Amino acid sequence: MHLQAKRLSKLALSPVLLLLTMMSTVVWAEEAQRWQMNMSPGVTEIGAKIYDLHMIALWICVWIGVVVFGVMLYSVVTHRKSKGAESADFHESTSVEIAWTVVPFLILLVIAFPATNTLLDVYDFEDSELDILVTGYQWKWKYEYIDADGENVSFFSNLRTDKSEIYNDDSKGEHYLLEVDEPVVIPVNTKVRFLITGNDVIHAWWVPALAVKKDAVPGFINETWTKVTKTGVYRGQCAELCGRDHGFMPIVVNVVEADEYTAWLAGKKSQAAEIKSLMGKQFTLDEQMVAGKTIYNRSCAACHGMNGEGGVGKAIAGGAISTGIVGDHLRVAVDGVPGTAMQAFGGQLNDVDMAAVVTYQRNAFGNNMGDIVQPIDVYNYKQSK
Amino acid sequence: MSAHHGPAKGLMRWVLTTNHKDIGTMYLWFSFAMFIMGGAFAMIIRAELFQPGLQIVEPEFFNQMTTMHGLVMVFGAIMPSFVGLANWLIPMMIGAPDMALPRMNNLSFWILPPTFALLASTLFMEGGAPNFGWTFYAPLSTTYAPDTVTFFIFGVHLLGLSSIMGSINIIATVVNLRAPGMTYMKMPMFVWTWLITAFLLIAVMPVLAGAVTMMLMDVHFGTSFFSAAGGGDPVLFQHIFWFFGHPEVYIIILPAFGVVSQIIPTFARKPLFGYDSMVYATASIAFLSFIVWAHHMYTVGMPLTGELFFMYATMLIAVPTGVKVFNWITTMWRGSMTFETPMLFCIGFVFLFTVGGFTGVMLSLAPVDFQYHDSYFVVAHFHYVMVAGAVFSMSAAIYYWLPKWCGKMYNENMGKAHFWISFVGFNLTFFPQHFLGLAGMPRRIPDYALQFTDFNTMSSIGAFIYGASQILFLFNVIHTIMAGKPTSEEKTWEGAEGLEWTVATPAPYHTFTTPPDVK
Repeated sequence: MHLQAKRLSKLALSPVLLLLTMMSTVVWAEEAQRWQMNMSPGVTEIGAKIYDLHMIALWICVWIGVVVFGVMLYSVVTHRKSKGAESADFHESTSVEIAWTVVPFLILLVIAFPATNTLLDVYDFEDSELDILVTGYQWKWKYEYIDADGENVSFFSNLRTDKSEIYNDDSKGEHYLLEVDEPVVIPVNTKVRFLITGNDVIHAWWVPALAVKKDAVPGFINETWTKVTKTGVYRGQCAELCGRDHGFMPIVVNVVEADEYTAWLAGKKSQAAEIKSLMGKQFTLDEQMVAGKTIYNRSCAACHGMNGEGGVGKAIAGGAISTGIVGDHLRVAVDGVPGTAMQAFGGQLNDVDMAAVVTYQRNAFGNNMGDIVQPIDVYNYKQSK
Repeated sequence: MSAHHGPAKGLMRWVLTTNHKDIGTMYLWFSFAMFIMGGAFAMIIRAELFQPGLQIVEPEFFNQMTTMHGLVMVFGAIMPSFVGLANWLIPMMIGAPDMALPRMNNLSFWILPPTFALLASTLFMEGGAPNFGWTFYAPLSTTYAPDTVTFFIFGVHLLGLSSIMGSINIIATVVNLRAPGMTYMKMPMFVWTWLITAFLLIAVMPVLAGAVTMMLMDVHFGTSFFSAAGGGDPVLFQHIFWFFGHPEVYIIILPAFGVVSQIIPTFARKPLFGYDSMVYATASIAFLSFIVWAHHMYTVGMPLTGELFFMYATMLIAVPTGVKVFNWITTMWRGSMTFETPMLFCIGFVFLFTVGGFTGVMLSLAPVDFQYHDSYFVVAHFHYVMVAGAVFSMSAAIYYWLPKWCGKMYNENMGKAHFWISFVGFNLTFFPQHFLGLAGMPRRIPDYALQFTDFNTMSSIGAFIYGASQILFLFNVIHTIMAGKPTSEEKTWEGAEGLEWTVATPAPYHTFTTPPDVK
């Protein structure tokens, strides 16, 4: 008991060491934990290397700090006038100056070697087994799986957290702000190359557990890669200020076994085929209203309001476009309005969804225009351009 | 050395003054007002981040707050405060009667208040204030910016004008008006650091002006400097901005180094250790600051060789910076130290600035920066060097020279309380932000995932404490001026050295009308 108390007081005397002990004994999980104080080595080889480099640099800084601050503290405690200390009058020493120029330089050299090595690894983009084009939009991500046969699978990934949680009307879920409607899926133990670009402003694609962060610059394609060694769900966020909802465009990466990935990709492809087959179908107003509502809430409500009352965007309820001619409505929805926040949704929604959401906008919120827009109308509009 | 005539009376004294002390005073009060305003923005930011969820402000306004906080603190609070200090002290330290270009001096100050009034007024305009961060990356600040960006561009032009005029003035003063016998290598460190800073300013402010002019062209005249769609490049903006922006951080910190190099010897009662090496280290830092800018852009997609060059160059900065820290500590070593408020702030500075230096070395490592970049780790890092660096040293300077300026002694207990409360508040605010960044919290977000809650709450509490301590500071300064204990000792501090301590206290309106002899 006595011994333990002594030990405790010893620990209390060295808060820096205590802190570091806490930092290095946390059991790592892939997801950030409450009270997490340190970087996670993550689930990739590169991530572990980066973590090691981080720890080397941290410990070197800590020890330099212990020495430098130790000397300073000793001086502050000892060399004080109130203790009768008389000031010495030395104020120059070339040899000392040379020493504390050369020694830090050598320490930096020691860090420079592993840093260079790790950087070379990060920049090794060769031999990727899967390429995914990642595009940052205000404020969502688009993933496009580059397929050798030209049959690319692509989809958007939106924040799934409900507004009511953000505005504290509902209790917040476990993955508050770090959940999406459709995660990007990649196979485990496979070198995946991400080609990253931006659609509007600069975003940055960051998943800490993958140790990947790369800017998404409009007009340019950056590359980065990962090879995840453990299946699981890994979460990240946009890291470059990109406007209003910068804090609300998370990234979720679902790493699965190879066969599961293959099945998922086949599913996505048949989904695309299904949408193609729906192109000729005539939907009823009720069908379009049900489908359109979901899409509206996901893609339009943030700017135009849950009840079409408007906000950043114009009001849909009784709006000139949504109660005007169908052709104009389609033009705005598909091509956007250049120079405003209204994006071109033609590339973001497929023709089936576009038809549904336009129908919904024309008939919901008391607009009751009565017309039904069919996928073929959207297709024809796009063709007529 | 008695005054030929006193100041003019009334408001026009301040509008028309060409006296370096009056202008210095105005700079200092103005920067303190901006410090309070920028601080209020920070309080709004921390209040919103106190708990997850959106409680107080909407994301649009949050972005305006982070932008305005950065702009006001960098351009309105820190930079003008050191220019104010330079105005007050450089002539008195080199034995000059005034600044070399007194009318320009007046103009460079009076540009500032209307400029910040203009910037602040954008908060009330349609579309809101600038919301693209103080680094205003294109195209968020061009194609996607609110209309007020035009006011912002005009404001930055005016600030640049003011800074360049101020710098020319400082260089002209230091080069031409030194008292006989005051050779360059006898100048006080504060004068040295400011001389080098002034050259940095003249070199990079035009670059910033170029960047905002290109923005103006992109926004209003159909050019595409920063838009790939028209053949431009958004990354070009970042290169230009950081070519200004990196020297800018040294523009902020070098005068702070100067202040600390004046104060530590005084309270250690021992001359500054390694004066010559301090001068060379300052010059080396200034030189290196021009060749490291892209370390702010490791994730932008640079070629490998570019990353390596900027990584090595950045690591090198640790060497001259280390020399400075070692010199300060060796100055304290075997001194006869007392711990009045200015000394406390300087020791706090050395300690906390060095912590910021450590994280700086960590950030310089490109591969690890892929994890640190744009996270709260960076926020913690630059507040350790900006707040604990620039603001702590500024506080030290005010307490140190205030008795000389106004002939009254500040309240020591209140000063010490100010130090300890801000020291605790500061660390409570910013130390946990290292953890937040390492755990994966991006910067500039108005809301965060639940696992970041605890440290954010802690950080917000710290921020409120730190904010409150500055009110105590303001009160202490006003109390000193109104009701402080009068002092007429020429040397307020036993160990103080330098020409400014040879003139009467309070410093008369005109000093050194005949130059002193420097041995």
